Amino acid sequence: MNEISQALPQAQASRVGWFDFVTRHRAILASVLVLVFPLMMPFTALAVNILIYGLYALGFNLLFGYLGLLSFGHAALFGSGAYFCGIAIVHFGLPWYLAIPIGVLGAAVMAAIIGGLAIRTRGIYFAMVTLALSQCVFYLFYQAVDWTGGENGLRGINVREINLFGWRFDFIDPLTRYYFVAAFVILALFVLSRILASPFGAVIEAVRENEARARASGYNVTLTRLITFILSGAFCGLAGALMALHLSIVPIEILHIETSGMAVMMSLLGGMGSFFGPFVGAAVFLTLENLVSLWTVHWQLFVGAIFVACVLFFPAGIWGTLLKWVKS
Amino acid sequence: MAGLSFDLIAMQLFTGLALGAIYVLFAIGLSLIFGMLTVVNFAHGAFYMVGAYVGLFLVSLGGNFWLCLVAVPLIIGTCGLVVERFLIRPLYGRGIDYPLLLTFGLSYVMIELVRIAFGKSGYPFDTPELLQGAVNIGVGYFPLYRLFIIGVAAAVLLGLWLFLERTSFGLIIRAGARDPQIVRVLGVDVSRVWLFVFGIGCGIAGLAGLLAAPLQGVIPEMGSTILAEAFVVTVVGGMGSIGGAVIAGLLVGVVVSMTSLVAPEMAKVSIFALMAIVLLIRPQGFFGRAGLMS
Repeated sequence: MNEISQALPQAQASRVGWFDFVTRHRAILASVLVLVFPLMMPFTALAVNILIYGLYALGFNLLFGYLGLLSFGHAALFGSGAYFCGIAIVHFGLPWYLAIPIGVLGAAVMAAIIGGLAIRTRGIYFAMVTLALSQCVFYLFYQAVDWTGGENGLRGINVREINLFGWRFDFIDPLTRYYFVAAFVILALFVLSRILASPFGAVIEAVRENEARARASGYNVTLTRLITFILSGAFCGLAGALMALHLSIVPIEILHIETSGMAVMMSLLGGMGSFFGPFVGAAVFLTLENLVSLWTVHWQLFVGAIFVACVLFFPAGIWGTLLKWVKS
Repeated sequence: MAGLSFDLIAMQLFTGLALGAIYVLFAIGLSLIFGMLTVVNFAHGAFYMVGAYVGLFLVSLGGNFWLCLVAVPLIIGTCGLVVERFLIRPLYGRGIDYPLLLTFGLSYVMIELVRIAFGKSGYPFDTPELLQGAVNIGVGYFPLYRLFIIGVAAAVLLGLWLFLERTSFGLIIRAGARDPQIVRVLGVDVSRVWLFVFGIGCGIAGLAGLLAAPLQGVIPEMGSTILAEAFVVTVVGGMGSIGGAVIAGLLVGVVVSMTSLVAPEMAKVSIFALMAIVLLIRPQGFFGRAGLMS
């Protein structure tokens, strides 16, 4: 942790003491929140979903919030993570501790391909190209019925028990499952915090703030974008792999445009470019979905309307607006 | 491959052109709006879908298809005017991503409203009686309705071209696309021009939805698929270029129908492969200006 605090920009030191403390130890605090989170939720299944989608939005936010590239194709990365992890278990009979890294790697490779093509275009094109390419990934996985199960989804990812050096955990138990997922999410939180606090993290934000100036300072803008896209893909792939284990099936809907849209909505609702924002966004989005579906099936109407209102009036999102309010 | 006769290929070419005509109508609206307002309209697919549903509704009220051809673009265009005036206008000058995000959220709302009004399942849409059947086009019998789509698209393009090139309002639109600031200095209310351009683009999208309805039926999700495909068209043709949208739209249509002749399961993937190739060779598209979007 000491390295992280040293790498943080000096400007933050001038802020209020405890606010500075929160920023500095954001990964630890987020981890504590993750650990006590299921105690605050009505049912654990929702908490697991929030955790996984929160991680997915976190990966998306690295690209959108910190680098400033709006991707509408992250479903392809989330989905590849889930499919590669699932295929490793179903078709190759690999244990979970090998399947998860395969999912992450698969998503990273997918991100390298999609990102490599998409960053050749600039600005507004990026959203369109990523959307189109993710649609292409959808059709490819949809056609490969032998591997992916096509329309029926990939079934049979049965992980009943986690065996960790002799300790056996019952994966069916919701709370155990939650803490299993939480362990990976916490790891991801620390890695992400470390990336953002590193000199490379500073370059990411420099590219977002002023591309020409970053280039003039001697940074390779294209490479920075590609690496960030791949990192973002790896985080989303981890989320996807955990999703596959959690659902014990990979539905083809995971590759739909709507899944890409979810990452965009969660990030913006929570607050793009803030560390906790995506989790707040995922929690709000999924809780809203659950609550509204109790009395109407048309929950998307409300989510869509709230999103539109957010774009118009609170572009900083819930967490971002809260942060601004605390700072002033 | 041996079983492919010249006639079959020629027929498939025409089928591709009819499909391409829908893409062209969809993409010119998208391109027109982007060229003038620098707004990527993610709700374009939703306007397309609502166009088909409004047509369905009018026909069920006893209106005929020909009336719909006029009424649908007007109704959808008016919806577009309202959206621009009250939702998109507050976002000008706030960064290029915001209108995009807003229209994306709007498409959710529009799709869900249609689901509430018409239900989740789709409806068939009858081809108007006059346009049923097929005509001999020299290489074989071709469905009359598809020929009609090509004709309507050509007429809309011609009308749009005359409007942009030969009227004084068209002149203002073209000037506004090149340099809004100068146009404003000359005393033209640019925001009014943008309002109409958005309305026109949405109206054409509604028309495209109506024309596509007899081919594929009407479902609430019909807009999301074509949106992704239209993005391919605009990327291939060059964003903001109407000529590019026309050529790329027809090209994409032909590529889809030709691939479905040779390898049907690859038909959907082929257009994305086309986009990948164009991105590798010429990232700004056929007619795009390099650096326009930076």
